[in-house]
Amino acid sequence: MEVFFSLAKIVVAFVIILQLTLLLLWVERKGSALIQDRVGANRANLFGGLLPFNLGIVNTWMADPLKLFHKEDIVPTEADHFLHWLAPFVAIVPLFVTFAVIPFGDVLRVGGYTIDLVAAPIPASVLFVLAMASLAVYGVVIGGWASNSRYSFLGGVRGTAQMISYELALSLSIVSVVLTFGTFDLQEIARAQGQLIWGVIPAWGVFYQPVALILLFIAGMAESKRAPFDLPEAESEIVAGFFTEYSGSKLSVFMMADFVEIGIVAALVTTLFFGGWQVPWLGREGFQFPGGFAIALPSLVVTLLQFVAFLVKLFVFCWLQILVRWSLPRMRYDHLMAFGWKRLLPLGLVNVGLTAVLVLLFDGWTVK
Amino acid sequence: MIAFWIVALFALVGALVVVLHRNPVYSALGLVLTLFQVAVLFALLDAPLLALLQVMVYAGAIVVLFLFVIMLLSLEPEKRLAAPFPVAVAGLVLAATLGFGLVVSGTLPLRSGVPSRLPADFGSPESLATNLFTKHQLPFELTSVLLLVAVVGAVVLARRRS
Repeated sequence: MEVFFSLAKIVVAFVIILQLTLLLLWVERKGSALIQDRVGANRANLFGGLLPFNLGIVNTWMADPLKLFHKEDIVPTEADHFLHWLAPFVAIVPLFVTFAVIPFGDVLRVGGYTIDLVAAPIPASVLFVLAMASLAVYGVVIGGWASNSRYSFLGGVRGTAQMISYELALSLSIVSVVLTFGTFDLQEIARAQGQLIWGVIPAWGVFYQPVALILLFIAGMAESKRAPFDLPEAESEIVAGFFTEYSGSKLSVFMMADFVEIGIVAALVTTLFFGGWQVPWLGREGFQFPGGFAIALPSLVVTLLQFVAFLVKLFVFCWLQILVRWSLPRMRYDHLMAFGWKRLLPLGLVNVGLTAVLVLLFDGWTVK
Repeated sequence: MIAFWIVALFALVGALVVVLHRNPVYSALGLVLTLFQVAVLFALLDAPLLALLQVMVYAGAIVVLFLFVIMLLSLEPEKRLAAPFPVAVAGLVLAATLGFGLVVSGTLPLRSGVPSRLPADFGSPESLATNLFTKHQLPFELTSVLLLVAVVGAVVLARRRS
Protein backbone atom coordinates (compact mmCIF):
# COMPACT_ATOMS: atom_id res chain seq x y z
CA MET A 1 0.00 0.00 0.00
CA GLU A 2 2.82 2.38 0.88
CA VAL A 3 4.42 1.71 -2.49
CA PHE A 4 1.14 2.40 -4.22
CA PHE A 5 0.77 5.76 -2.44
CA SER A 6 4.34 6.71 -3.31
CA LEU A 7 3.76 5.87 -6.96
CA ALA A 8 0.50 7.82 -6.97
CA LYS A 9 2.22 10.89 -5.53
CA ILE A 10 4.99 10.68 -8.12
CA VAL A 11 2.39 10.47 -10.87
CA VAL A 12 0.54 13.50 -9.47
CA ALA A 13 3.71 15.61 -9.29
CA PHE A 14 4.72 14.54 -12.80
CA VAL A 15 1.29 15.23 -14.26
CA ILE A 16 1.22 18.67 -12.64
CA ILE A 17 4.49 19.67 -14.24
CA LEU A 18 3.72 18.14 -17.65
CA GLN A 19 0.30 19.73 -17.86
CA LEU A 20 1.74 23.00 -16.62
CA THR A 21 4.21 23.10 -19.52
CA LEU A 22 1.38 22.56 -21.97
CA LEU A 23 -0.75 25.23 -20.36
CA LEU A 24 2.18 27.66 -20.27
CA LEU A 25 2.83 27.08 -23.96
CA TRP A 26 -0.72 28.21 -24.63
CA VAL A 27 -0.50 31.16 -22.25
CA GLU A 28 2.82 32.18 -23.73
CA ARG A 29 1.53 32.24 -27.28
CA LYS A 30 -1.94 33.60 -26.74
CA GLY A 31 -0.95 35.81 -23.80
CA SER A 32 1.93 37.42 -25.66
CA ALA A 33 -0.49 38.10 -28.50
CA LEU A 34 -2.85 39.83 -26.07
CA ILE A 35 0.00 41.90 -24.65
CA GLN A 36 1.28 42.91 -28.07
CA ASP A 37 -2.20 43.54 -29.48
CA ARG A 38 -1.95 40.68 -31.98
CA VAL A 39 -4.42 37.91 -32.71
CA GLY A 40 -2.00 35.07 -31.94
CA ALA A 41 -2.51 31.39 -32.64
CA ASN A 42 -5.84 31.17 -34.50
CA ARG A 43 -5.61 28.50 -37.23
CA ALA A 44 -6.99 25.19 -36.02
CA ASN A 45 -10.28 25.55 -34.20
CA LEU A 46 -12.34 23.35 -31.93
CA PHE A 47 -15.54 21.93 -33.45
CA GLY A 48 -14.61 23.02 -36.97
CA GLY A 49 -15.10 26.73 -36.43
CA LEU A 50 -18.63 26.46 -34.98
CA LEU A 51 -17.56 28.59 -32.03
CA PRO A 52 -17.53 32.35 -32.64
CA PHE A 53 -14.07 32.73 -31.00
CA ASN A 54 -10.85 30.78 -31.37
CA LEU A 55 -8.69 30.42 -28.29
CA GLY A 56 -5.91 28.68 -30.18
CA ILE A 57 -6.06 25.69 -27.89
CA VAL A 58 -5.85 23.15 -30.70
CA ASN A 59 -2.82 24.98 -32.15
CA THR A 60 -0.82 25.05 -28.99
CA TRP A 61 -1.90 21.82 -27.30
CA MET A 62 -1.88 19.49 -30.25
CA ALA A 63 -0.56 21.03 -33.46
CA ASP A 64 2.57 22.62 -31.98
CA PRO A 65 3.93 19.59 -30.11
CA LEU A 66 2.95 17.19 -32.90
CA LYS A 67 4.66 19.36 -35.50
CA LEU A 68 7.80 19.63 -33.39
CA PHE A 69 8.02 15.91 -32.75
CA HIS A 70 7.60 15.11 -36.43
CA LYS A 71 10.27 17.45 -37.71
CA GLU A 72 13.52 16.05 -38.98
CA ASP A 73 16.22 15.82 -36.37
CA ILE A 74 19.21 17.63 -37.85
CA VAL A 75 22.64 17.28 -36.30
CA PRO A 76 25.44 19.46 -37.72
CA THR A 77 28.19 17.40 -39.37
CA GLU A 78 30.95 18.89 -37.27
CA ALA A 79 28.98 18.59 -34.03
CA ASP A 80 29.93 16.23 -31.24
CA HIS A 81 27.16 13.72 -31.83
CA PHE A 82 27.10 12.06 -28.43
CA LEU A 83 27.00 15.29 -26.42
CA HIS A 84 24.61 16.90 -28.90
CA TRP A 85 22.25 14.01 -28.21
CA LEU A 86 22.86 14.11 -24.46
CA ALA A 87 22.35 17.85 -23.82
CA PRO A 88 18.52 18.04 -23.94
CA PHE A 89 18.22 15.22 -21.41
CA VAL A 90 20.79 16.80 -19.12
CA ALA A 91 18.82 20.02 -19.38
CA ILE A 92 15.45 18.60 -18.42
CA VAL A 93 16.03 15.72 -15.98
CA PRO A 94 17.24 17.81 -12.99
CA LEU A 95 14.25 20.11 -13.49
CA PHE A 96 11.69 17.30 -13.46
CA VAL A 97 13.33 15.78 -10.41
CA THR A 98 13.17 19.10 -8.57
CA PHE A 99 9.40 19.01 -8.69
CA ALA A 100 9.40 15.82 -6.64
CA VAL A 101 10.19 17.70 -3.41
CA ILE A 102 7.57 20.45 -3.84
CA PRO A 103 4.66 19.76 -1.44
CA PHE A 104 1.22 20.00 -3.07
CA GLY A 105 -0.91 19.37 0.02
CA ASP A 106 -0.79 18.74 3.75
CA VAL A 107 -1.67 15.19 4.76
CA LEU A 108 -4.46 13.05 3.41
CA ARG A 109 -6.10 10.53 5.72
CA VAL A 110 -7.61 7.61 3.86
CA GLY A 111 -8.73 4.43 5.60
CA GLY A 112 -6.21 4.54 8.42
CA TYR A 113 -3.33 5.75 6.27
CA THR A 114 -1.82 9.20 6.66
CA ILE A 115 -0.22 10.31 3.42
CA ASP A 116 2.25 13.18 3.34
CA LEU A 117 1.41 14.96 0.10
CA VAL A 118 4.88 15.47 -1.33
CA ALA A 119 6.28 13.07 -3.92
CA ALA A 120 9.69 12.68 -2.26
CA PRO A 121 9.61 13.51 1.47
CA ILE A 122 13.33 14.06 2.08
CA PRO A 123 14.46 16.10 5.12
CA ALA A 124 16.72 18.63 3.40
CA SER A 125 14.50 19.32 0.39
CA VAL A 126 15.54 22.98 0.15
CA LEU A 127 19.12 21.88 -0.46
CA PHE A 128 17.87 19.32 -2.95
CA VAL A 129 16.24 22.11 -4.97
CA LEU A 130 19.46 24.12 -4.93
CA ALA A 131 21.56 21.09 -5.90
CA MET A 132 19.33 20.26 -8.85
CA ALA A 133 19.17 23.92 -9.91
CA SER A 134 22.94 23.99 -10.00
CA LEU A 135 22.97 20.92 -12.26
CA ALA A 136 20.57 22.51 -14.75
CA VAL A 137 23.39 24.63 -16.16
CA TYR A 138 25.01 21.57 -17.77
CA GLY A 139 22.32 21.32 -20.43
CA VAL A 140 23.17 24.84 -21.56
CA VAL A 141 26.92 24.30 -21.45
CA ILE A 142 26.91 20.97 -23.24
CA GLY A 143 24.32 22.03 -25.80
CA GLY A 144 26.25 25.19 -26.63
CA TRP A 145 29.56 23.45 -26.94
CA ALA A 146 28.53 20.25 -28.70
CA SER A 147 26.76 22.07 -31.55
CA ASN A 148 30.12 23.36 -32.76
CA SER A 149 28.59 26.62 -33.93
CA ARG A 150 29.68 30.13 -32.96
CA TYR A 151 26.18 31.26 -32.05
CA SER A 152 25.50 28.21 -29.90
CA PHE A 153 28.86 28.57 -28.21
CA LEU A 154 28.26 32.25 -27.40
CA GLY A 155 24.86 31.33 -25.98
CA GLY A 156 26.35 28.55 -23.91
CA VAL A 157 29.09 30.73 -22.44
CA ARG A 158 26.66 33.55 -21.72
CA GLY A 159 24.25 31.12 -20.10
CA THR A 160 26.92 29.58 -17.89
CA ALA A 161 28.18 32.92 -16.61
CA GLN A 162 24.66 34.18 -16.00
CA MET A 163 23.42 31.09 -14.21
CA ILE A 164 26.47 30.86 -11.95
CA SER A 165 26.17 34.54 -11.05
CA TYR A 166 22.48 34.52 -10.21
CA GLU A 167 22.62 31.21 -8.36
CA LEU A 168 24.29 33.09 -5.49
CA ALA A 169 21.44 35.55 -5.06
CA LEU A 170 18.96 32.70 -5.38
CA SER A 171 20.68 30.66 -2.68
CA LEU A 172 21.01 33.64 -0.34
CA SER A 173 17.32 34.47 -0.59
CA ILE A 174 16.45 30.86 0.21
CA VAL A 175 18.92 30.85 3.13
CA SER A 176 17.12 33.75 4.78
CA VAL A 177 13.80 31.92 4.48
CA VAL A 178 15.37 28.79 5.99
CA LEU A 179 16.70 30.92 8.87
CA THR A 180 13.25 32.40 9.41
CA PHE A 181 11.42 29.11 9.65
CA GLY A 182 14.30 27.11 11.13
CA THR A 183 13.98 24.09 8.84
CA PHE A 184 15.35 22.76 5.56
CA ASP A 185 12.15 20.88 4.80
CA LEU A 186 9.84 22.54 2.24
CA GLN A 187 6.83 20.69 3.67
CA GLU A 188 7.66 21.96 7.19
CA ILE A 189 8.09 25.48 5.83
CA ALA A 190 4.68 25.25 4.18
CA ARG A 191 3.14 23.93 7.42
CA ALA A 192 4.73 26.72 9.50
CA GLN A 193 2.92 29.23 7.31
CA GLY A 194 -0.44 27.92 8.47
CA GLN A 195 -0.20 29.96 11.69
CA LEU A 196 -1.80 33.38 12.09
CA ILE A 197 -0.10 36.71 12.86
CA TRP A 198 -2.09 38.51 15.59
CA GLY A 199 -4.69 35.83 15.09
CA VAL A 200 -5.80 37.29 11.75
CA ILE A 201 -3.20 37.41 8.97
CA PRO A 202 -1.87 34.10 7.63
CA ALA A 203 1.82 33.84 8.62
CA TRP A 204 3.07 33.60 5.05
CA GLY A 205 6.75 34.05 4.29
CA VAL A 206 6.12 37.21 2.29
CA PHE A 207 5.32 39.09 5.51
CA TYR A 208 8.61 38.03 7.11
CA GLN A 209 10.91 38.07 4.10
CA PRO A 210 9.71 40.58 1.48
CA VAL A 211 13.27 41.31 0.31
CA ALA A 212 14.01 37.62 -0.11
CA LEU A 213 10.87 37.29 -2.23
CA ILE A 214 12.05 39.99 -4.63
CA LEU A 215 15.53 38.45 -4.74
CA LEU A 216 14.20 34.97 -5.41
CA PHE A 217 11.85 36.14 -8.11
CA ILE A 218 14.50 38.15 -9.99
CA ALA A 219 17.25 35.56 -9.58
CA GLY A 220 14.82 32.79 -10.49
CA MET A 221 13.87 34.54 -13.70
CA ALA A 222 17.55 34.95 -14.50
CA GLU A 223 18.13 31.25 -13.82
CA SER A 224 15.32 30.34 -16.17
CA LYS A 225 16.84 32.57 -18.88
CA ARG A 226 13.70 34.59 -19.51
CA ALA A 227 13.61 38.17 -20.77
CA PRO A 228 14.87 40.58 -19.47
CA PHE A 229 17.59 37.99 -18.75
CA ASP A 230 17.37 36.05 -22.03
CA LEU A 231 20.89 36.77 -23.24
CA PRO A 232 21.79 33.07 -23.63
CA GLU A 233 19.10 32.73 -26.29
CA ALA A 234 18.77 36.30 -27.50
CA GLU A 235 17.01 35.89 -30.86
CA SER A 236 18.02 39.23 -32.30
CA GLU A 237 21.72 38.77 -31.52
CA ILE A 238 22.74 35.12 -31.61
CA VAL A 239 19.86 33.38 -33.46
CA ALA A 240 18.66 31.13 -30.63
CA GLY A 241 21.73 30.84 -28.46
CA PHE A 242 22.68 27.47 -27.13
CA PHE A 243 19.92 25.61 -28.97
CA THR A 244 20.44 27.21 -32.38
CA GLU A 245 21.55 23.90 -33.91
CA TYR A 246 18.71 21.87 -32.47
CA SER A 247 15.55 20.87 -34.26
CA GLY A 248 12.56 18.61 -33.92
CA SER A 249 11.97 16.81 -30.67
CA LYS A 250 15.30 17.81 -29.14
CA LEU A 251 14.40 21.46 -29.63
CA SER A 252 11.03 20.85 -28.05
CA VAL A 253 12.74 19.30 -25.01
CA PHE A 254 14.80 22.47 -24.59
CA MET A 255 11.65 24.59 -24.88
CA MET A 256 9.91 22.34 -22.38
CA ALA A 257 12.84 22.81 -19.98
CA ASP A 258 12.22 26.56 -20.19
CA PHE A 259 8.60 26.13 -19.15
CA VAL A 260 9.46 23.67 -16.39
CA GLU A 261 11.91 26.23 -15.02
CA ILE A 262 9.15 28.83 -14.93
CA GLY A 263 7.05 26.29 -13.05
CA ILE A 264 9.83 25.61 -10.54
CA VAL A 265 10.42 29.29 -9.83
CA ALA A 266 6.67 29.74 -9.35
CA ALA A 267 6.51 26.67 -7.09
CA LEU A 268 9.39 27.96 -4.97
CA VAL A 269 7.83 31.42 -4.64
CA THR A 270 4.53 29.78 -3.73
CA THR A 271 5.97 27.37 -1.18
CA LEU A 272 8.46 29.69 0.50
CA PHE A 273 6.50 32.95 0.53
CA PHE A 274 2.81 32.33 -0.08
CA GLY A 275 2.09 29.35 2.10
CA GLY A 276 2.37 26.66 -0.56
CA TRP A 277 -0.85 24.67 -0.36
CA GLN A 278 -2.19 26.76 2.56
CA VAL A 279 -5.67 28.21 2.22
CA PRO A 280 -6.08 31.11 4.68
CA TRP A 281 -7.77 29.93 7.90
CA LEU A 282 -8.15 26.38 6.63
CA GLY A 283 -6.82 23.81 9.09
CA ARG A 284 -6.84 20.02 8.96
CA GLU A 285 -10.34 19.88 10.45
CA GLY A 286 -11.89 22.66 8.33
CA PHE A 287 -12.13 26.44 8.31
CA GLN A 288 -11.34 28.34 11.51
CA PHE A 289 -12.16 31.99 10.85
CA PRO A 290 -10.66 34.68 13.14
CA GLY A 291 -14.05 35.61 14.64
CA GLY A 292 -14.42 32.15 16.18
CA PHE A 293 -16.63 31.03 13.33
CA ALA A 294 -15.75 27.54 12.09
CA ILE A 295 -16.80 25.13 9.36
CA ALA A 296 -15.86 21.48 9.79
CA LEU A 297 -14.79 19.71 6.59
CA PRO A 298 -13.77 16.09 5.88
CA SER A 299 -10.10 15.40 5.21
CA LEU A 300 -10.66 14.73 1.52
CA VAL A 301 -12.35 18.10 0.92
CA VAL A 302 -9.61 19.91 2.85
CA THR A 303 -6.95 18.21 0.74
CA LEU A 304 -8.76 19.06 -2.48
CA LEU A 305 -9.07 22.72 -1.46
CA GLN A 306 -5.37 22.81 -0.62
CA PHE A 307 -4.44 21.18 -3.90
CA VAL A 308 -6.51 23.70 -5.86
CA ALA A 309 -5.01 26.57 -3.83
CA PHE A 310 -1.51 25.32 -4.67
CA LEU A 311 -2.31 25.10 -8.37
CA VAL A 312 -3.90 28.56 -8.42
CA LYS A 313 -0.91 30.17 -6.68
CA LEU A 314 1.47 28.26 -8.93
CA PHE A 315 -0.31 29.49 -11.99
CA VAL A 316 -0.48 33.12 -10.82
CA PHE A 317 3.29 33.26 -10.45
CA CYS A 318 3.84 31.54 -13.79
CA TRP A 319 1.62 34.15 -15.41
CA LEU A 320 3.51 36.92 -13.63
CA GLN A 321 6.78 35.68 -15.14
CA ILE A 322 5.31 35.55 -18.60
CA LEU A 323 3.93 39.05 -18.09
CA VAL A 324 7.38 40.31 -17.11
CA ARG A 325 8.93 38.54 -20.08
CA TRP A 326 6.70 40.28 -22.59
CA SER A 327 6.91 43.67 -20.88
CA LEU A 328 10.59 44.34 -20.28
CA PRO A 329 13.38 44.71 -22.86
CA ARG A 330 16.57 42.65 -22.71
CA MET A 331 19.37 43.84 -20.45
CA ARG A 332 22.82 44.69 -21.74
CA TYR A 333 25.40 42.06 -20.81
CA ASP A 334 27.56 44.23 -18.53
CA HIS A 335 24.42 45.55 -16.82
CA LEU A 336 23.32 41.98 -16.25
CA MET A 337 26.60 41.04 -14.55
CA ALA A 338 26.79 44.27 -12.57
CA PHE A 339 23.19 43.87 -11.42
CA GLY A 340 23.78 40.31 -10.23
CA TRP A 341 27.09 40.86 -8.47
CA LYS A 342 26.84 44.46 -7.27
CA ARG A 343 23.15 44.78 -6.42
CA LEU A 344 21.48 41.42 -5.77
CA LEU A 345 24.41 39.71 -4.03
CA PRO A 346 25.08 42.46 -1.44
CA LEU A 347 21.33 42.84 -0.89
CA GLY A 348 21.05 39.11 -0.28
CA LEU A 349 24.00 39.13 2.13
CA VAL A 350 22.55 42.05 4.10
CA ASN A 351 19.19 40.30 4.20
CA VAL A 352 20.72 37.08 5.53
CA GLY A 353 22.69 39.01 8.17
CA LEU A 354 19.65 40.97 9.24
CA THR A 355 17.53 37.82 9.45
CA ALA A 356 20.18 36.08 11.55
CA VAL A 357 20.28 39.04 13.97
CA LEU A 358 16.49 39.08 14.21
CA VAL A 359 16.34 35.34 14.85
CA LEU A 360 19.00 35.66 17.57
CA LEU A 361 17.50 38.73 19.26
CA PHE A 362 13.85 37.76 19.15
CA ASP A 363 13.80 34.01 19.29
CA GLY A 364 10.39 33.23 17.90
CA TRP A 365 9.74 36.48 16.02
CA THR A 366 7.80 34.25 13.69
CA VAL A 367 4.55 32.79 14.95
CA LYS A 368 5.22 29.26 16.19
CA MET B 1 24.16 -3.69 -2.11
CA ILE B 2 23.16 -3.95 -5.76
CA ALA B 3 22.79 -0.18 -5.79
CA PHE B 4 26.31 0.13 -4.44
CA TRP B 5 27.82 -1.98 -7.24
CA ILE B 6 25.94 -0.09 -9.95
CA VAL B 7 26.95 3.27 -8.52
CA ALA B 8 30.54 2.16 -8.00
CA LEU B 9 30.72 0.93 -11.59
CA PHE B 10 29.52 4.28 -12.95
CA ALA B 11 31.90 6.14 -10.65
CA LEU B 12 34.82 4.10 -12.00
CA VAL B 13 33.73 4.63 -15.59
CA GLY B 14 33.60 8.38 -14.95
CA ALA B 15 37.02 8.32 -13.34
CA LEU B 16 38.51 6.41 -16.27
CA VAL B 17 36.98 8.90 -18.71
CA VAL B 18 38.61 11.74 -16.77
CA VAL B 19 42.05 10.19 -17.10
CA LEU B 20 41.91 8.49 -20.48
CA HIS B 21 39.76 10.66 -22.75
CA ARG B 22 41.68 12.95 -25.04
CA ASN B 23 39.07 15.68 -25.14
CA PRO B 24 39.23 17.88 -22.01
CA VAL B 25 35.48 18.59 -22.20
CA TYR B 26 34.74 14.87 -21.92
CA SER B 27 37.20 14.61 -19.05
CA ALA B 28 35.39 17.36 -17.16
CA LEU B 29 32.04 15.68 -17.80
CA GLY B 30 33.48 12.36 -16.62
CA LEU B 31 34.50 14.13 -13.44
CA VAL B 32 30.90 15.31 -13.01
CA LEU B 33 29.71 11.72 -13.39
CA THR B 34 32.17 10.46 -10.78
CA LEU B 35 31.36 13.23 -8.31
CA PHE B 36 27.66 12.62 -8.76
CA GLN B 37 28.06 8.89 -8.15
CA VAL B 38 30.13 9.59 -5.03
CA ALA B 39 27.24 11.79 -3.87
CA VAL B 40 24.90 8.85 -4.38
CA LEU B 41 27.28 6.70 -2.32
CA PHE B 42 27.08 9.28 0.48
CA ALA B 43 23.30 9.11 0.29
CA LEU B 44 23.46 5.31 0.51
CA LEU B 45 25.63 5.69 3.63
CA ASP B 46 22.91 7.66 5.46
CA ALA B 47 24.55 11.03 4.83
CA PRO B 48 22.00 12.83 2.60
CA LEU B 49 23.24 16.27 3.58
CA LEU B 50 26.78 15.47 2.51
CA ALA B 51 25.42 14.04 -0.74
CA LEU B 52 23.48 17.22 -1.53
CA LEU B 53 26.41 19.45 -0.64
CA GLN B 54 28.67 17.34 -2.83
CA VAL B 55 26.35 17.83 -5.81
CA MET B 56 25.88 21.53 -5.10
CA VAL B 57 29.51 22.46 -4.53
CA TYR B 58 31.48 20.10 -6.76
CA ALA B 59 29.20 19.08 -9.59
CA GLY B 60 27.16 22.29 -9.59
CA ALA B 61 29.81 24.94 -9.10
CA ILE B 62 33.41 23.84 -9.39
CA VAL B 63 33.27 21.62 -12.46
CA VAL B 64 31.03 24.15 -14.21
CA LEU B 65 33.88 26.62 -13.81
CA PHE B 66 36.35 24.01 -15.11
CA LEU B 67 34.16 23.54 -18.17
CA PHE B 68 33.79 27.28 -18.60
CA VAL B 69 37.55 27.77 -18.65
CA ILE B 70 38.15 24.76 -20.93
CA MET B 71 35.63 26.11 -23.41
CA LEU B 72 36.89 29.69 -23.28
CA LEU B 73 40.44 28.53 -23.98
CA SER B 74 38.98 26.12 -26.57
CA LEU B 75 41.56 23.48 -25.74
CA GLU B 76 42.42 21.07 -28.50
CA PRO B 77 42.25 17.35 -27.83
CA GLU B 78 45.57 16.52 -26.19
CA LYS B 79 48.33 14.75 -27.99
CA ARG B 80 49.76 11.59 -26.50
CA LEU B 81 53.35 12.02 -25.47
CA ALA B 82 55.48 9.11 -24.46
CA ALA B 83 56.69 9.86 -20.93
CA PRO B 84 60.44 9.52 -20.32
CA PHE B 85 61.25 6.18 -18.73
CA PRO B 86 62.16 7.38 -15.17
CA VAL B 87 58.99 9.51 -14.99
CA ALA B 88 56.85 6.59 -16.10
CA VAL B 89 58.41 4.30 -13.48
CA ALA B 90 58.00 6.92 -10.73
CA GLY B 91 54.34 7.40 -11.67
CA LEU B 92 53.72 3.68 -11.70
CA VAL B 93 55.34 3.20 -8.27
CA LEU B 94 53.37 6.11 -6.80
CA ALA B 95 50.07 4.84 -8.21
CA ALA B 96 50.77 1.31 -6.98
CA THR B 97 51.62 2.55 -3.48
CA LEU B 98 48.49 4.67 -3.27
CA GLY B 99 46.33 1.85 -4.57
CA PHE B 100 47.88 -0.63 -2.13
CA GLY B 101 47.34 1.79 0.75
CA LEU B 102 43.68 2.28 -0.20
CA VAL B 103 43.05 -1.44 -0.43
CA VAL B 104 44.73 -2.10 2.94
CA SER B 105 42.90 0.72 4.73
CA GLY B 106 39.64 -0.39 3.15
CA THR B 107 39.94 -3.97 4.37
CA LEU B 108 41.15 -3.17 7.92
CA PRO B 109 38.51 -3.56 10.64
CA LEU B 110 36.91 -0.33 11.88
CA ARG B 111 38.54 1.49 14.79
CA SER B 112 37.06 0.49 18.12
CA GLY B 113 35.89 4.05 18.84
CA VAL B 114 33.35 3.97 16.01
CA PRO B 115 29.88 3.08 17.27
CA SER B 116 28.25 0.22 15.42
CA ARG B 117 24.86 1.97 15.40
CA LEU B 118 24.39 5.46 14.05
CA PRO B 119 22.97 8.13 16.37
CA ALA B 120 19.46 9.26 15.41
CA ASP B 121 20.54 12.70 14.19
CA PHE B 122 23.47 11.38 12.12
CA GLY B 123 24.05 13.46 9.03
CA SER B 124 21.30 15.96 9.81
CA PRO B 125 21.99 19.66 9.16
CA GLU B 126 21.75 20.37 12.90
CA SER B 127 24.34 17.82 13.99
CA LEU B 128 26.69 18.83 11.19
CA ALA B 129 26.43 22.51 12.10
CA THR B 130 26.86 21.82 15.83
CA ASN B 131 30.00 19.80 15.19
CA LEU B 132 31.37 22.26 12.69
CA PHE B 133 30.86 25.38 14.78
CA THR B 134 31.80 23.99 18.21
CA LYS B 135 34.14 21.00 18.06
CA HIS B 136 35.85 21.91 14.80
CA GLN B 137 35.67 25.68 15.06
CA LEU B 138 39.41 26.29 14.60
CA PRO B 139 39.91 24.20 11.44
CA PHE B 140 36.75 25.78 10.02
CA GLU B 141 38.04 29.31 10.59
CA LEU B 142 41.47 28.39 9.25
CA THR B 143 39.88 27.03 6.09
CA SER B 144 37.95 30.24 5.59
CA VAL B 145 41.16 32.26 6.00
CA LEU B 146 42.80 30.01 3.43
CA LEU B 147 39.94 30.58 1.00
CA LEU B 148 40.15 34.33 1.60
CA VAL B 149 43.85 34.26 0.78
CA ALA B 150 43.06 32.36 -2.42
CA VAL B 151 40.45 34.94 -3.41
CA VAL B 152 42.81 37.85 -2.75
CA GLY B 153 45.53 36.05 -4.69
CA ALA B 154 43.23 35.53 -7.66
CA VAL B 155 42.26 39.21 -7.69
CA VAL B 156 45.91 40.32 -7.47
CA LEU B 157 46.93 38.02 -10.33
CA ALA B 158 44.03 39.22 -12.50
CA ARG B 159 44.83 42.86 -11.80
CA ARG B 160 48.52 42.59 -12.57
CA ARG B 161 48.03 41.59 -16.17
CA SER B 162 45.84 44.58 -17.03
